[in-house]
Amino acid sequence: MIGLDIAFWVLAIVGIIAALAVVLLSDVFRAALSLVVCFLAVAGIYITLSADFLAAVQVLIYVGAISVLIILAIMLTREVQRGSPSNRLRIPAFLVAILFLGGMAFAMLNTTWQVSVAPPLEPTTSALAGLLFGEGGFILPVEIAAILLLAAILGAIVLVREK
Amino acid sequence: MSIFNPSLNLFNCYLEALPPDWPGGFWLHLGLFVVIILAFVLAMIMGFIWFERRGIGRFQVRLGPNRVGPFGLLQPVADAIKILIKEDIIPAKGDKWVHWLAPVVAFVPALMIFAVVPFQDGALLADLNIGILYVVAISSVSVVGIFMAGWGSNNKFSLIGAMRTVAQAVSYEIPVVLSIIGVVLIAGSLSMNEIVKAQSIPFILLQPLGFLIYFIGACAEINRTPFDLLEAESEIVAGYHTEYSGMKFALFYLVEYTEVLAVSAIITTLFLGGWRGPVLPPVLWFLIKVVAVFFLIFWVRSTIPRIRVDQLMAFAWKCLLPLALINLFITGIEVVVLPEALPWTIIFLNLAIMAVLIVLWSKFFRLGGGRVEV
Repeated sequence: MIGLDIAFWVLAIVGIIAALAVVLLSDVFRAALSLVVCFLAVAGIYITLSADFLAAVQVLIYVGAISVLIILAIMLTREVQRGSPSNRLRIPAFLVAILFLGGMAFAMLNTTWQVSVAPPLEPTTSALAGLLFGEGGFILPVEIAAILLLAAILGAIVLVREK
Repeated sequence: MSIFNPSLNLFNCYLEALPPDWPGGFWLHLGLFVVIILAFVLAMIMGFIWFERRGIGRFQVRLGPNRVGPFGLLQPVADAIKILIKEDIIPAKGDKWVHWLAPVVAFVPALMIFAVVPFQDGALLADLNIGILYVVAISSVSVVGIFMAGWGSNNKFSLIGAMRTVAQAVSYEIPVVLSIIGVVLIAGSLSMNEIVKAQSIPFILLQPLGFLIYFIGACAEINRTPFDLLEAESEIVAGYHTEYSGMKFALFYLVEYTEVLAVSAIITTLFLGGWRGPVLPPVLWFLIKVVAVFFLIFWVRSTIPRIRVDQLMAFAWKCLLPLALINLFITGIEVVVLPEALPWTIIFLNLAIMAVLIVLWSKFFRLGGGRVEV
């Protein structure tokens, strides 16, 4: 268990430093790369929680696809090197963020979390498949979300298409 | 090469000598397999580079490098030494950190793929039950490294090359994953070792179309020659590694060959029955199949000319994607409806379906013709 604790703390510290770097760096490209590190740290935390499938999907979707799309979008902006300057809303934004963080920390520390005593499932894939395709599974919401995304993509194409 | 050691149970023999609950067993296993994988990858890459250069020499009716050592065998070593003593140049206006980190970010995922490749029954670093999903996930990280190289170099050719890689990798990942799902459906497991165990007949016979789609898609993902638009010499100098020299360039070169080796090993595992085979020891079968797949890859490289950008995208979205979807659908029907059918019926049925589909698509789609539409 000591190994798991060490892994958790290393991943948590790396994740938080990377998340801070995303916000604080003025070079937008480096900020996007820090976001990649943050995603990887979260994937590592999933592994320590025995959620191996979720970790692989996190790397596949967030590191392999989403962050690459973010970087591509950054390429379309101007002033990539110092494109994230702070403006006169800095102080109000800081106050709102502190309030939000305080509220989150308060809520988390004062909740009595339910801890399952059952050992983690092994392998996780068949259990996930049961939840997705089995009786009363989540297949309908997943499909609806897919159609929603498709509609959004088609809408974006129609909006930007030249006559 | 230590892999050719005659004591072929080399991989797991140490486990029997130790008590099963000894805590050091984990670290011993980890250390041993890290050493085996590094030795395997580096030795195979040296061999591949020599094999490919000599082979392509033969394909192009010339000799290829034959001066250093017998048959030019030491040419890769000479090249490695030459490249190590070259000057390491960093562009003055580039992003130095990104430029420095890019080769590492590209190389580490390529090497991590080998953690789940079974060299023999149970002889792998980690028998993850999500094995093939892990491979797909990890190999998508290399794109970030190539993009970093393109951006950190502050060179328009590098950036164009990197942009092309991203478009290409994202497009071809979809048919590749769909063709892998066909194999997973038949094998009933995501674990690489279980997939090999399920192949009493190699899956290339049950999934001929899936194999073809995976082969083409994987060649595109690792940027082998019919798809190597990201370093098209005639258009954009050398693409993303234009500004790299010395050891960092060598690392990118290593990434390219590590990915080829990884794809050969994955094709061997998924479609060719992995380490299974008669008479010869399993490790040797695995190596023979890997080299055979690699030979096929560079045969394609020396035969087919590079395709254009518009053709590249149209090929992925209009040809490979629909074929992969149809293949997945047919495989699903076969797994549900015909589980008891004779394997030979399914094999001939699938071969016929593949032939019909390919002929149909070649009639339907004329890619681009002489026009360039981007």
